[in-house]
Amino acid sequence: MKKAKASLAVLLSTSLLFGCAQENEGTKPADDKAKQKSVSKLDDVSNEYREYAINEIEEFVKATEEFTAAVSAGDSKKAKELYAPARMHYERAEPIAEVFGDLDPKIDARKGDVKDEEWGGYHRIEMGLWQENTTKGYEKYAKQLMSDVNLLRAKVETVEVTPDLLITGAVDLLNEVSTSKVTGEEDRYSHTDLYDFVANVEGAEKIFELLTPALKEKDAKLAEEIQQRFDEVYALLEKHKKGDGYISYTDLKKPEVKELSQAIDALAEPLSQIGIVTEGS
Amino acid sequence: MKENTPNAETGLFTKKVSRRNMLKTAGVGGIGVVIGASGIGGLLTLSDTRAKGQTKDIVPFYGSHQAGITTETQDNLYFASLEVTTDNRSDLIQLFKDWTGAAAQMTAGNLVGEASLNPNMPPRDTGEAKELSPSNLTITFGVGPTLFSKDGKDRFGLKSKKPAELKDLPKFPLDALEDSWCGGDICIQACADDLQVAFHAVRNLVRIGRGKTIIHWAQTGFQRTKQADSEKTTPRNLFGFKDGTGNPDTNDGSEMNEHVWVKAGDGPDWLVGGSYMVVRRIQMYIEVWDRTILKEQENTFGRHRDSGAPIGKKNEFDRVDLEAKDSNGNLIIPENSHMSLSRGDGKAKILRRPYSYADGMDPKTGSFNAGLLFICFQRNPSKQFIPIQERLAKNDKLNEYIVHRGSAMFACLPGVKKGGFIGESLFG
Repeated sequence: MKKAKASLAVLLSTSLLFGCAQENEGTKPADDKAKQKSVSKLDDVSNEYREYAINEIEEFVKATEEFTAAVSAGDSKKAKELYAPARMHYERAEPIAEVFGDLDPKIDARKGDVKDEEWGGYHRIEMGLWQENTTKGYEKYAKQLMSDVNLLRAKVETVEVTPDLLITGAVDLLNEVSTSKVTGEEDRYSHTDLYDFVANVEGAEKIFELLTPALKEKDAKLAEEIQQRFDEVYALLEKHKKGDGYISYTDLKKPEVKELSQAIDALAEPLSQIGIVTEGS
Repeated sequence: MKENTPNAETGLFTKKVSRRNMLKTAGVGGIGVVIGASGIGGLLTLSDTRAKGQTKDIVPFYGSHQAGITTETQDNLYFASLEVTTDNRSDLIQLFKDWTGAAAQMTAGNLVGEASLNPNMPPRDTGEAKELSPSNLTITFGVGPTLFSKDGKDRFGLKSKKPAELKDLPKFPLDALEDSWCGGDICIQACADDLQVAFHAVRNLVRIGRGKTIIHWAQTGFQRTKQADSEKTTPRNLFGFKDGTGNPDTNDGSEMNEHVWVKAGDGPDWLVGGSYMVVRRIQMYIEVWDRTILKEQENTFGRHRDSGAPIGKKNEFDRVDLEAKDSNGNLIIPENSHMSLSRGDGKAKILRRPYSYADGMDPKTGSFNAGLLFICFQRNPSKQFIPIQERLAKNDKLNEYIVHRGSAMFACLPGVKKGGFIGESLFG
């Protein structure tokens, strides 16, 4: 879950970019054409990202169905197996998922983020599974979680993705990694932080991938540098793979945590320059 | 949790923005900014100074030697030892070029990079030194032995250029070094009369290097400010004693040439005009010292605490006589005193430029975590710092009250001329 932060009003489709383009209409025909071309290109990108995010949320619904069913059936072994992979869909699509300020805490709040009596969602059940080693008494949380995730799926249709959302979303995803995953605070009972870590990075990479053609036109070297840094982060994560998943956060040595954290910083710094795609050429 | 505020009236992103609004929002008044007809413009650039019209308190960045070595010691230090993570030589060279440009801008009191008003990008300069005076900022770059070769590997084709003098210091008796405070491929020493200005400098350089370098260790340092001591007397260390009385005179060019600057024939030519920097992070047992009687304290340093004079003398700069004896035939200045051992025969001199540090509390013991970031410059460490430290490590009475936790050596590169870059002679 994201820490308090003023959000972009993503429900509005008129970005600064489009606004300017419209403002200039009729003043400079030649420039205008070029402008519209690049605007529609970014527009396409936004639509593609919307599809990607909705698809992830759909997968998240399915995975949550399985997870909550296991909890309700009292099968804690199965629930434990399903917990981290299910969350990855949410973490990939986080820039979209957390637009809904009311649902995000219900699904993804950690202990202390909300009042104890209001606390539910994934991390509440996580505490039951790993700390108390039970599903007993957690059926109601499973039920509520499922209904919140279904609501998210319905609401997500209404999101209009703007280039602004993409530009800030990519770095935000990595900031999430820096502030909670790399510190082991996200999944403090299951220690499956690396799954969330990977999913955030993948979500950021998707945005980068979609913006790459536009970015290459502005600064091909920057695009190349960012790709190289993504590769470096994945190479580090590869070392911590275990079977289909990842090792426990508690098995990471201190220097390995530092190495991961610094690799994210090295990636996020050039990635923060992707706003250059909004500049007129 | 997210505070979702879908309010169309707030923020740049949420509504159409006209060019005029954009200028207003960006707060550019009275400066000619050209915005391309294509929206928010190509690069909106304007040269940006931190504090307009500041010409005072600037230490020239360009010159035959780097600043920050014989420069009169500023009030504050931010020191960073970096590890190079790239293995690409041209990336490393580009980094030194980028650093040179940024360092020249910052030491002149300007912001880093060109100001961009694109609201979709992070600002080039991190901003905390805006409006602040140049504060006599100096930025000094050095390279450590591991830049030349590490684990036997010639990292950047520099191995053959490594000076024989540039290597890890020998292990001295009583050293209690911690890896996390030792070594480094590159060092950046930022000194300024304002800690925020010094920090800003290192922060922006580290930011520019992100992806190519990481911080290995870093330390803030301080000494009494010029404001607090307008007479500019010799600063006192955290034990309350004057430190630096016997330093060579930085205004005496021939003395600097003799003791500080590397000369042709000393080693590889690329370092001529540079200097070897030794850094030791020395923890002080503050609480232990505080319960030591005055006589013992003075015998430890070999000087009187109040005046800084050698024991038995009146004034700080009175001639030191290490042979002088009292009526019982005992040496007046104990031979295991810090001053006595530091001097030796008085021939080997180093230029000391230390800063105190205070890093809160040691969580293990509840004691102050404080001490001295000892920094010194010299032409030839094996004839200067090393023999002095060997004597001190063996016998110095001060060792009861201190312990060396960190150690590093760097070759501070020669100065740079306008149009050149720091490290040019090394990479050329």
